[in-house]
Amino acid sequence: MRTDTADIERPARTPAFQPLSLGRKVRNHAATTLFALAFVVAVIPLLWVLVTLVRRGLVPMLNADWWTHSFYGLLPNDFGGGIYHALVGTLEQTLVCALIAVPLGVSVGIFLIEYGRNSRLAKTTTFMVDILSGLPSIVAGLFIYALWITTFGFDRSGFAVSLSLVLLMLPVVVRVTETMLMIVPDELREASYALGVPKWKTIVKVVLPTSLSGILTGIILGLARVMGETAPLLILVGYSRAINFNLFDGPMASLPLTVYTARKTSTEAGEYRMWGAALTLVLLIMLINLIATLLSKLFAVKTK
Amino acid sequence: MAKRLDIENLNLYYNKFHAVQDVSLQVHARSVTAFIGPSGCGKSTVLRSLNRMHEVVPGSRVEGRVLLDGENIYAPGVDPVQVRRTIGMVFQKANPFPTMSIRDNVVAGLKLAGEKNKRKLDEITERSLRGANLWEEVKDRLNKPGGGLSGGQQQRLCIARAIAVQPDVLLMDEPCSALDPISTLAIEDLIAELKKDYTIVIVTHNMQQAARVSDQTAFFNVAGVGQPGKLVEIGETGKIFSNPSQKATEDYISGRFG
Repeated sequence: MRTDTADIERPARTPAFQPLSLGRKVRNHAATTLFALAFVVAVIPLLWVLVTLVRRGLVPMLNADWWTHSFYGLLPNDFGGGIYHALVGTLEQTLVCALIAVPLGVSVGIFLIEYGRNSRLAKTTTFMVDILSGLPSIVAGLFIYALWITTFGFDRSGFAVSLSLVLLMLPVVVRVTETMLMIVPDELREASYALGVPKWKTIVKVVLPTSLSGILTGIILGLARVMGETAPLLILVGYSRAINFNLFDGPMASLPLTVYTARKTSTEAGEYRMWGAALTLVLLIMLINLIATLLSKLFAVKTK
Repeated sequence: MAKRLDIENLNLYYNKFHAVQDVSLQVHARSVTAFIGPSGCGKSTVLRSLNRMHEVVPGSRVEGRVLLDGENIYAPGVDPVQVRRTIGMVFQKANPFPTMSIRDNVVAGLKLAGEKNKRKLDEITERSLRGANLWEEVKDRLNKPGGGLSGGQQQRLCIARAIAVQPDVLLMDEPCSALDPISTLAIEDLIAELKKDYTIVIVTHNMQQAARVSDQTAFFNVAGVGQPGKLVEIGETGKIFSNPSQKATEDYISGRFG
């Protein structure tokens, strides 16, 4: 061991860490700026929409009548009145849509993952659901018009709207159920079978509770999406300025339809109604998204 | 409680793949039988066929007989759900139900079968957790989720869950392969205690473990990829490890291959 001379004989080394070169500094900054700029460009229109909505829609909303009255009997130039009739319509139409689409869609999802896995019927169903999820809403409206009104002879009604919304919501519910059931590990199903639990009980008591949080969130987001649909409404139901609780009879207002109709009233009062209804719709959808977040937290699988 | 198993000319298939060929062996009551052998030799597949879990995999098929105290579990008209109530299973990866508390995990089998008597369920919870050497560690947090326990505790929770339904036979598929040595020791001690009341079949990759816990050992082997796994020999554990009758067994045990 001749450490003293070894140190002297060792060749000089360059340090391992050198200062950043100018070129890298420039490129680094350029990249950061570019991405920040993209972010700003994307956010500006979103903020703009929100600011416009709030600035124009807030005034009608501050009036207490807005939440308890309809536009019934108002002349084109009359301010005042409320959105109650449209809220009733939107909530009823989407609720009935959900009552049909959720049990049906969840059941289809369960069939596809738990029973039909890889069978020809399951593959065909998945393919059909994929096609259905790309269905333009106006086509869904036309289909229900042809089926419900032309073929079956029913009148245009809120229920016809619900049916067309079912067509739009069903693929969302099926898809989300499928995805959520797919990520439930097979080990859990096997653990349940190994205890002598029948298959249907395994699905109901083990698999569904494990994926409940995700399925619920998906359903509610699907609901929020169909709530703003307008095209089928234009075809399937007449607009009414009065309150109508009956889904099966007579014209029925809804928030998107109110926005559309108020826009055609080219007066200042019409604009007031239009922006008020638009902001109400956005707030309603925001509220529903909030509920989805809360529910998913509430039903999430806990480890503590 | 504690019944014997007779496996007769068992052939197992996944679609067209012949996974296990012509296995015949006896599993004695109140004893531990270990299945050892290289990966892909079919020992887990055989284990899973003993409580009809093999058929859960789509495309799988079973030929031959498995007799539980003389009764063929594959006889026509036998409900696989009932077979699994009698022959329990513990898996390689601890799999407590994530949505259930520790207590609900233990009595899941009973609760899902419709048992509602709370006093009885509480009694069984304590008895099973004591049986799995877990009671002292969890008795103050029975309402907490089972997923919050450590890996070793989760595996003992799964054993408690399996013995809560009081099966005749307990199948264990590499129950310690994901555990540290201390948790492994805890489970091995537990197996030694459980064999007083249960018939146990354990698949293990750890030959020391097989030597420590089992009374008899079965060695499985496979000629190559795509070939069916076969039972090479079965015998008293001491004999298999000191003086096996087949060369392949000796090669495997002495570490010359596999």
